[in-house]
Order: sequence, then structure tokens, then C-alpha cells
Amino acid sequence: MITLEHYLAVAAVLFTIGIFGIFVNRKNVIIILMSIELMLLAVNINFVAFSTHLHDLVGQIFTLFVLTVAAAEAAIGLAILVCFFRNRGTIAVEDVNVMKG
Amino acid sequence: METILLFAPLVGSLICGFGHKFIGERAAMFVSTGLLFLSAILSWVIFMTFHGDTEVITLFRWVESGTLSSDWAIRVDRLTAIMLVVINTVSAVVHLYSWGYMDKDPQWKENESYKPRFFAYLSFFTFAMLMLVTSDNLLQMFFGWEGVGVASYLLIGFYYRKPSAGAAAMKAFIVNRVGDFGFALGIFGLFYLSDSINFSEVLDPHNAKELSHQTLHFLNWDMNALEVITMLLFIGAMGKSAQLFLHTWLPDAMEGPTPVSALIHAATMVTAGVFMVCRLSPLLEYAEFTPNFIIFIGATTAFFAATVGLVQNDIKRVIAYSTCSQLGYMFVAAGVGAYGVAMFHLFTHAFFKAMLFLGAGSVINAMHHEQDMRNYGNLRKKIPFTFAAMMIGTLAITGVGIPAVLFSMGDTPIGFAGFVSKDAIIESAFAGGEGVARYAFYMLVIAAAMTSFYSWRLIFMTFYGVERGDHHTHEHAHESPLTMLIPLAILAVGAVFAGMVWHGDFFGHHYQEWFGTAIYENHETNHVIHDAHGVNAWVQVSPFIAMVLGFLLAYVMYIWKPTAPAAMAKQQRGLYAFLLNKWYFDELYDLIFVRPTKALGTFLWKKGDGKIIDGTINGLAMGIVPWLTRLAGRAQSGYVYHYAFAIFIGLVAIITWFAIGGSAH
Repeated sequence: MITLEHYLAVAAVLFTIGIFGIFVNRKNVIIILMSIELMLLAVNINFVAFSTHLHDLVGQIFTLFVLTVAAAEAAIGLAILVCFFRNRGTIAVEDVNVMKG
Repeated sequence: METILLFAPLVGSLICGFGHKFIGERAAMFVSTGLLFLSAILSWVIFMTFHGDTEVITLFRWVESGTLSSDWAIRVDRLTAIMLVVINTVSAVVHLYSWGYMDKDPQWKENESYKPRFFAYLSFFTFAMLMLVTSDNLLQMFFGWEGVGVASYLLIGFYYRKPSAGAAAMKAFIVNRVGDFGFALGIFGLFYLSDSINFSEVLDPHNAKELSHQTLHFLNWDMNALEVITMLLFIGAMGKSAQLFLHTWLPDAMEGPTPVSALIHAATMVTAGVFMVCRLSPLLEYAEFTPNFIIFIGATTAFFAATVGLVQNDIKRVIAYSTCSQLGYMFVAAGVGAYGVAMFHLFTHAFFKAMLFLGAGSVINAMHHEQDMRNYGNLRKKIPFTFAAMMIGTLAITGVGIPAVLFSMGDTPIGFAGFVSKDAIIESAFAGGEGVARYAFYMLVIAAAMTSFYSWRLIFMTFYGVERGDHHTHEHAHESPLTMLIPLAILAVGAVFAGMVWHGDFFGHHYQEWFGTAIYENHETNHVIHDAHGVNAWVQVSPFIAMVLGFLLAYVMYIWKPTAPAAMAKQQRGLYAFLLNKWYFDELYDLIFVRPTKALGTFLWKKGDGKIIDGTINGLAMGIVPWLTRLAGRAQSGYVYHYAFAIFIGLVAIITWFAIGGSAH
């Protein structure tokens, strides 16, 4: 029997992987984008799991919204990345420190 | 009439000071002088027609706070009437005199406008002085008191381009602060004890009697309330009237233009202290120690200032010390209880001393602003009118007259103004009894001899002998214009006749009716004036003999044997230096007060302000704040994942906080 706890555990694991993907990764900005996607998916799993558990469809509808936003976000993120690459000639995370105080 | 009299000088001052750009310089000066003459005429009318009853005209309520209430009021009684005449007469003639004296002043550039400012200050001074003498309560008196202080400051420092004038103005103001502090404390004390500062209540003899039974407790120290209060008020008078220990500002005040010296530092402002003491006669009548202190200070000042006057070379300084000395005479009279006599000398002194100053101004004008008497000599032919005026002034101040023992017209002695009033003071001092009053008597007689000596010395050095100093200046010596000579003539009339005409009123047997309620005498203890009329013949002639001795000595030293003074100065080098340096009072004060204060000020400036306050702020702004900013700057790595990590940690912290704190219930 797969219970709510199993879904939540998977989502937590995915979310943590996403976070570590952001922090530990020093090489590639695309991996950061992918990590963000991963975190969003973890959230979606939570939504759907709770939706089923609570017999409330609103959670699943909200998941669709999140997917839409995630797609748009990925598109904008990649576009920014392309621009950035054109300007700087690199997308290594180590080199992205223009905001250094 | 009183209101017009009082506010005419203020109006004149405002029009002259602020309006001279619109109506022109001459018109402005004309307005202020004209209004002053109006005031002078009105004050003579009041003086002559005054019937003896105190009259109070309330203008409006000034301060009302708790039980403290005071009005702007005009109190007219005999004391006020006398002061009105003195102030407005001298002020009016000084205004007129200034037309001539201030014309083409070499201190100013060709087309600079300075005269309206001068006239505005003069009129403002007159207004403040009138406020002082017409006040009906101590607060208004204090207002006038400070007003004349400000005017004096402005006028002493009138030549503000001269550093010495600025320094003298500050000195006058600061030394007066000491006295004013005493005056203010006295007012506070009076209000604290008698719950009022209005003369009608404070000066009630019953109130004074009650105060004399009370004690004030201060720092484990019990003092008689009345003694303390009268003492504090007298300290105020000492400052304004340049009595010993607070006198140092008066000689320096001669930095101001000469008309100012005549008006403020001879005839009016410096006599405010004497006026105040006479006004407070009910309080003094019940005090014991303070009158003795007043006598002592007055007598010592009279002696001290006369000794210093003997050797001064600046013509104005001689007269300044003479003023200081004469004020001492007045205080002695007030101290022994002869308030009327003090006012009498104040009245006559105003005429002849103002005249001496204006005469000195005329000499200075003739000699192209040379003030050192060593550069004068043989001027009597060149400026005969000034010579005559100075002669009358000198005859008046030295006290020339026929002693009453030898000849008198009824009760009235024959003599110049100073003779009549000074003899009255010396007789009163003798009648004051044994002790400090007797000390005062001897001091005053000696001072009378010295007064005669230095006054004649001034005349002989200026008008007789040989021409000394710059030959060119002597050749161009010229008589002053008419605007300067008319004031001398007016004052000369007063200097000759003021004593004889009013002797009966001020000092005669019916003086009490004349003064009415203006001065109070406790008849149980105060018989001074009665006794003064019955003193021995030798007491009566002693000032006359002193005067003759002083004259003869001056004649011998400056006419007969002109080399004698220099020889004497050489022989008595120490004494001469001591007198020439005014008993080293300035040096002493410099050592005791000025330098420590300056050192303290420098210390607080350099260490307190510079090191501590500025140091703290600079250290904070230039040390700690940049350190913090560097720290904050280092946190901004520019790596996005650092920021994200910070967000994440913050989020975790908040969630943990809420989870453990359990606020979500």
C-alpha cells in the first residue's frame, strides 16, 4: 500500500536534491535551471498527493498552473542564458559574479 | 504726558535707525534730536509741577504667572522726576552736541553712513534708561537695567573697526554680568520671601521689617534675609555704578565716542546704581550690615579712583576716574541714610560731569582727536569758549564756594553745584556717627583734595603752560562749531546754579515733604540729615580746605615748577607705577579670572570638543562605519547561489522558529 507519507518522502527527497543541485553545482547555469524544475515538480507531487488525500480537486488544478508557469519560466530562463552567453562568452557559475559588492 | 515723554525716544530711535534710508540722514538725526528735546521739556514740566504724591500709570499687564504679576507701568514720584530731568536734559544736549562731534569722523570712510546708527543707539539708550527709572516693579527695572547695558555695549563698541573698542565693549558687558547676576538673585530672593516684585508691596516698610526677622538657609549657613537681599541688590548697583572691584570696565569704556562717555558713563547709566539704592531705601533702613558695606565700598571707591586719577594722562580717563570717585561719594550718602543728599549729588554731578566730558570732547575735536594731555598745553587762547566751560566744570567738581560758616544766603550756601552737594555728603558722612561712617568722612575729605588736584592738573596741562606735542596740530587747533558749544552753555547753567537753587529742596529742613513717599526714613534710627545740619564748623570747612590744598599743589606742580611732576614720578617710582597701572586691578583680574577662564575654555575646546566630541564622531564615521561596510561588502559575493543559500537558511530558521515556538495554533 502506498500511503501519503511515501509520496511526501519522494517529494522531500526530490526537493532536497533540487536544493543541493543549486548550491553544490559550480559549473553550469543550465543545471541550476534544471534543479529549479526539480523543486517545482517536488512541490507538484505534494499538491497532487494532498489533493487525493483530502479529496479536493483544487490541488490538482493548481498543479496544472504550476506546470504552466514552470514551462514559461524555463523558456525565459533559457532566453536570458542565451543572451548572457552572447555577452560574456561563458555560462560557468563561477564566472557569474557581476553583483559582487 | 508721561507716556509721550517715555516713548518719544523709542520712536526717535526706531525712525532714525530703520528709516534713515527713506527720509535721509539729516532728517533722521533731526527727528531723534527733536523728540529728545520734546522729552526734555516735558520732564522739566513734570519736575517743576510735581506735587509730591506718587502717581502710577499702568500701561498693560506684562507677566502673569502664578502669584507673580507685573505691569508695564510708569511710576512718577520725586525720585523719578529727578531722574527724568537728569536723563532727558543730558541726553538732549548730547544729541545736539553729537551733530558737531560726530561730523566727519576720521574713523569712517568718506561716504559711509554711521551717524543715524549713532543717534538711534543714543535714543534707544535714553528709552531704556527711562524704562529703568519709571518702573513700578523690579522686573521692568531689570528690563531697563539690561537695556542700558546693551546700549552701552553698542556705543562703547561703536568704532567697531578698532579692536580695543570691541574689547572694551565686551569688558563692560561681562563685568556688568557679575553685578546683574547679583541683582537677579536679589529679585528672586525678594519674590521668594515676599511673594511680589511690585514696589508697592516690596517697598512697604512693614515688609522690610518682616524680612529683617526672617532667616535664609543656604548650604548649612543661616543668614538674615534682608541683609542677603539688600546685599545682592547692591552688588547689582556696584556693577552698573562701577564701584570698587567691579569698576574696571568704566575707564575702558572711554573707547566709545566722547558724547557717549558724557551721557552714559558720567551722567545717567552709571548713576542707575545710586538711583536703585535710593529707591530701595525702605529695605536699607531696616538692614544693618548692608548700609555699612555700602558706605565702606563707596568711600574706598572715592579714594581709590581719586588716587588713580592723579596720574592718568588721557584726558577722558582722568574724567572717568573722577566719575568713579564721585559715584563713591553718592553711595556713601545713600549708605549713611541721606538718600536725598545722594540724589542731590547725582543731580548736580550730571550737569558738571557731562559738561566736563563734552568740554573734553571739544578739546579733543580741536586737537584732531588727540587725547593725551601731555600733547596739549596753552590752549586757552585758541579755544576760549571751551576753556570757559571746562573752567566752570572744574570749579563745580572741585567744590568752589563760600563755606556756610562764613557766609550764606539764609539757609542756602553760595557756591558752584558740586560745592553744595559735596559738602552735604561730607557733612552727612560725619553725621553718620562713629565707625565706618567716620572712616568714610576722612576718605571723602582726602578724596576731595585729590579731586581738586587732578581736576586742576587737567586744566593746567590742557590750557596753560607751553605747547607740547605735534606743532602742526597746535597750529590748527580751532574752536568747535556752535552745535557743540550750545550744549556746553546749557550745562554750564546747571553746573553753576543747580546746587544753590535746589539746596533747600534736597537737603533743607523740608526735604521730607519735597521727597514725599519716594524715599523712606526710619525715624527711630535715622537722624542723619538733621544731624548733618548741626555738625561742627571744622567739619564744614574741611572739604573747602582740602579743595584749596589740592588747587595749590596742582598750581605749584604744573604752573610754578613744571619739572616737579617728572622729578616726583622718578623719585617715587614704585608708587607712581602703582597708581598709573590703576592699583594693578586689571592685571590681578587677568591673573585670577581671565586666564584661568581662558585656560579652561581652551581645555574644553581642545580636549573636550576637539578630542572627545569630535573624536567620537570622527571615530564612528571614519573607523567603525567603514569597517561595518567592508564587512557587509564582503557578504555580497556576487554568486547567485550564495544568495539562494542565505534565503534558504533564513527560510529554515523561520520555519524552525514557528515549529518549535508553536505559534501556529
